[in-house]
Amino acid sequence: MLTTVAITVDGLGFAAWLFLSSVGLTLIYGVMRILNIAHGGFYAVGAYASAWAIGLYTQTGNTIALTYLIIPAAALIAGVISGLLIERGVLRFMYGRDEVLMVLVTYAIFLILEDVTKLIWGTESYISYQPAYFLGTIDVFGIPYTVYKFMIVAVALVVGLTLFLVLNKTRTGKLLLVVIEDREISTALGINVTLFFTVTFVVGATLGALGGAITAPEISVQPGISAEIIVMAFAVIVIGGMGSIGGAMIGALIVGLARAASVHIYPPAELFSIYLVMAAILAVKPYGLFALSQGRKI
Amino acid sequence: MTTVLETKNLEKTFGAVVAASDINITINEGEVLGVIGSNGAGKTTFVNMVTGHLTPTAGQILYRGRDITGKATRDITRMGICRSFQIPQLFPELPVIDNILIALTIAKHDKPVIFRPAIDRSLATEAHALLSRFAIDQYADQEIQTLPQGVRKLVDIAMATVAEPDLLFLDEPTSGVSADEKMDFMRNLLAALKSTKTAVLFIEHDMEIVEAFSPRCVAFYEGTILADGPTRNVLQNDKVREFVIGSELHRGSANDSALEGVN
Amino acid sequence: MTRFFDKTELALLAGMPLLIAMLFVLPQWVLNYVQVSLGTGLVALGVMIQMRAGLVSFGQGLYFCVGGYSAGLAGRMFNISDIFLLVLIGVLVSLVISFTLGFLLRRYRDIFFAMLTLAVSMILFGILTSTEELGSTDGFNLPAPTYLGWLPEGEMARNALYIATVIPVLTIAMLLNRYLRSPVGFVNEAIRENELRVEYLGSSAHQSIHITYMMAAAVSSIGGVLWALSIGHVDPEMTNWTTSGHFVFISILSGTGNVIAPLLGTFFLEILRVFAVDLSPNTWQAILGTVMLLTIVFLPKGMWSLFARKKRQTRDGDDLPQNIAGE
Repeated sequence: MLTTVAITVDGLGFAAWLFLSSVGLTLIYGVMRILNIAHGGFYAVGAYASAWAIGLYTQTGNTIALTYLIIPAAALIAGVISGLLIERGVLRFMYGRDEVLMVLVTYAIFLILEDVTKLIWGTESYISYQPAYFLGTIDVFGIPYTVYKFMIVAVALVVGLTLFLVLNKTRTGKLLLVVIEDREISTALGINVTLFFTVTFVVGATLGALGGAITAPEISVQPGISAEIIVMAFAVIVIGGMGSIGGAMIGALIVGLARAASVHIYPPAELFSIYLVMAAILAVKPYGLFALSQGRKI
Repeated sequence: MTTVLETKNLEKTFGAVVAASDINITINEGEVLGVIGSNGAGKTTFVNMVTGHLTPTAGQILYRGRDITGKATRDITRMGICRSFQIPQLFPELPVIDNILIALTIAKHDKPVIFRPAIDRSLATEAHALLSRFAIDQYADQEIQTLPQGVRKLVDIAMATVAEPDLLFLDEPTSGVSADEKMDFMRNLLAALKSTKTAVLFIEHDMEIVEAFSPRCVAFYEGTILADGPTRNVLQNDKVREFVIGSELHRGSANDSALEGVN
Repeated sequence: MTRFFDKTELALLAGMPLLIAMLFVLPQWVLNYVQVSLGTGLVALGVMIQMRAGLVSFGQGLYFCVGGYSAGLAGRMFNISDIFLLVLIGVLVSLVISFTLGFLLRRYRDIFFAMLTLAVSMILFGILTSTEELGSTDGFNLPAPTYLGWLPEGEMARNALYIATVIPVLTIAMLLNRYLRSPVGFVNEAIRENELRVEYLGSSAHQSIHITYMMAAAVSSIGGVLWALSIGHVDPEMTNWTTSGHFVFISILSGTGNVIAPLLGTFFLEILRVFAVDLSPNTWQAILGTVMLLTIVFLPKGMWSLFARKKRQTRDGDDLPQNIAGE
């Protein structure tokens, strides 16, 4: 019983973290057909910015409560700057190229971003635990959990719901669906495709940064986190079907629960359980759970 | 006369859409057969089913008496049924000669062969000979993507003939060829097909071509066969005139004007 | 005139005595880099032959690691130290794994192939990092190899291993050169361009890809064994996706035009890194990334295209070995 509760709550926590870290990836892929390895870099940039800002702020001795504003602000600034630089500086020259080639391009950007992060924040690790413990803990069937963990779950739900509403209920969202369907026709219809791409990429980047920023108080922020998160984010969005927001949510839940289950039942399996689940699902559903099957017309 | 292909009550549905139903066609050795019908009439669906690209929802396909329904494309090709495509399916970044060499290589090796060179001088000679037969040898060293549609069309058809099939499907061979060149194009094409034993089924929108080159004609309409018989009779058929040719005349004129821009 | 070897193969043949002669010319530290980069160069070659079929493996580190760990475990568990036996074991293990995984992977193309190869390599990464018996993230050390019962010592040991690396690596490169020009190698190019047509010509794209995948796995595992013996150590980083990314990087940089390119590319990159890391430790990856971007934009066929003359006569049969074609 205790294990079941622990697996469920931990799994939800993992899932929320994974969803926030990967939803930007699936959004960018869905709209732009770019599988963005550099997304791991956005996560890292967000985490560093957040941990660094929290560190600076807590030194002033003011109330910790304000850090809950600092975190999203750090994510926003880090995401918008890095996202804009990369989209305007590199990617826009590559649109329309082969999908695999774009993976390689973003891999190159990932490498660059990793060093830029090191140049800005150095190679030491940043610890900014204060926001995670400020709100205290609550007991779930006798197991104490930080309130912060549930905050992350709430944020994940809000982000997911907002994206869903924007994409499906607003005019912008509907135009975006047209852009996804056919770039050329959209241009002919007078839709500013370039603007849509830029905005999508920046929003995706900011979401990635938010994933990192919100996680920063729970982890030690150090070089290498970008490489770790990106493979997990891949697993999440591949399981759900690339380009699907709902799929990312389901994928995050599956991966999160699988990881929590192995942590509590058989800890050594923690890392590979994720990829095992991914490989197993792909063996049955080759393009993920929610991907549309694509036929070829001859 | 030997029957090469026989289909029995062939049917293909996509969800609620019936793409083809009740297709019964018999093709004999060496026969030339024109297929007409407006877009979406089920012509290409029929070819796709026989060549294994689509699995029929119901019915049977017999090739020389053997049931080949639902077999893989590559196996059906190996048996001797080949096809060309409405939109040429080539290797766009490779030169013409490599396209043909690949086709020849595959035709020559039934099993995967490694560590032995694919190309030798005799194969290269053979490839050039094939290109010469289709009068496109001067393009041998050019990449497909740099070539005009008419040449691509010929490369596509040439590739379909390397295995010297018993049955060859040509999916709209003259599309993309300008109206006044169509006749010559088709004449040269049929002459270039090496073996007279090859049965040729071609899909065509131009009735003059059908009349000139195929003694037999099959008319498709909304997924079924409207008429099948000697070309003259089929083209005189009232229903065919109403449902197929009427729409083709309309389409033909629109097509020609569109093509002028291309050529 | 009939010739058994083409230009690439002749260059590789000439390279063997040349590289061995370097034992008396180059300083030890450079030789070390030659040796190490020949090992990793094989893995890059494995990535390259898959790239010919349009498949980018972001998990080739899997077989690099399988090779290294197989050799290491054969030593730990069965006391095998013979280099030939170790290579053989590495190849066999990787063939079994790639044969099995091939049935799954051959169904995927493009980014899905990249993702799935990555996932599979990360499964091994996860297993190894959490297995205390195998040293977890630290890995473990390998003993010095023997050669048919002979255990050389001191400088002799270094030289023997160097020669035992040079000869097989260049031989494999020659074999792969053959392979790329064989029917299957040729069909791979066709698969990259238009798989539908390949099926309509009567060939199984799945089968060709499966064979290529296994071939790449075997080659990479040999690279893994030789590399591990050179370093004397294995650890899970060998199968981390960043390692695989590095192999992809080399293949992009060198292009798919020639089997020598990835070997040369690996070596120059190793040397370049020594200096770059020395000058500025935290910009090495940024340099790599920038070079990669520039290569993709300005040299889409890789650095090798700078050296390769545009010649078409090869395909017309002028520059081809003839004597084996007569059968």
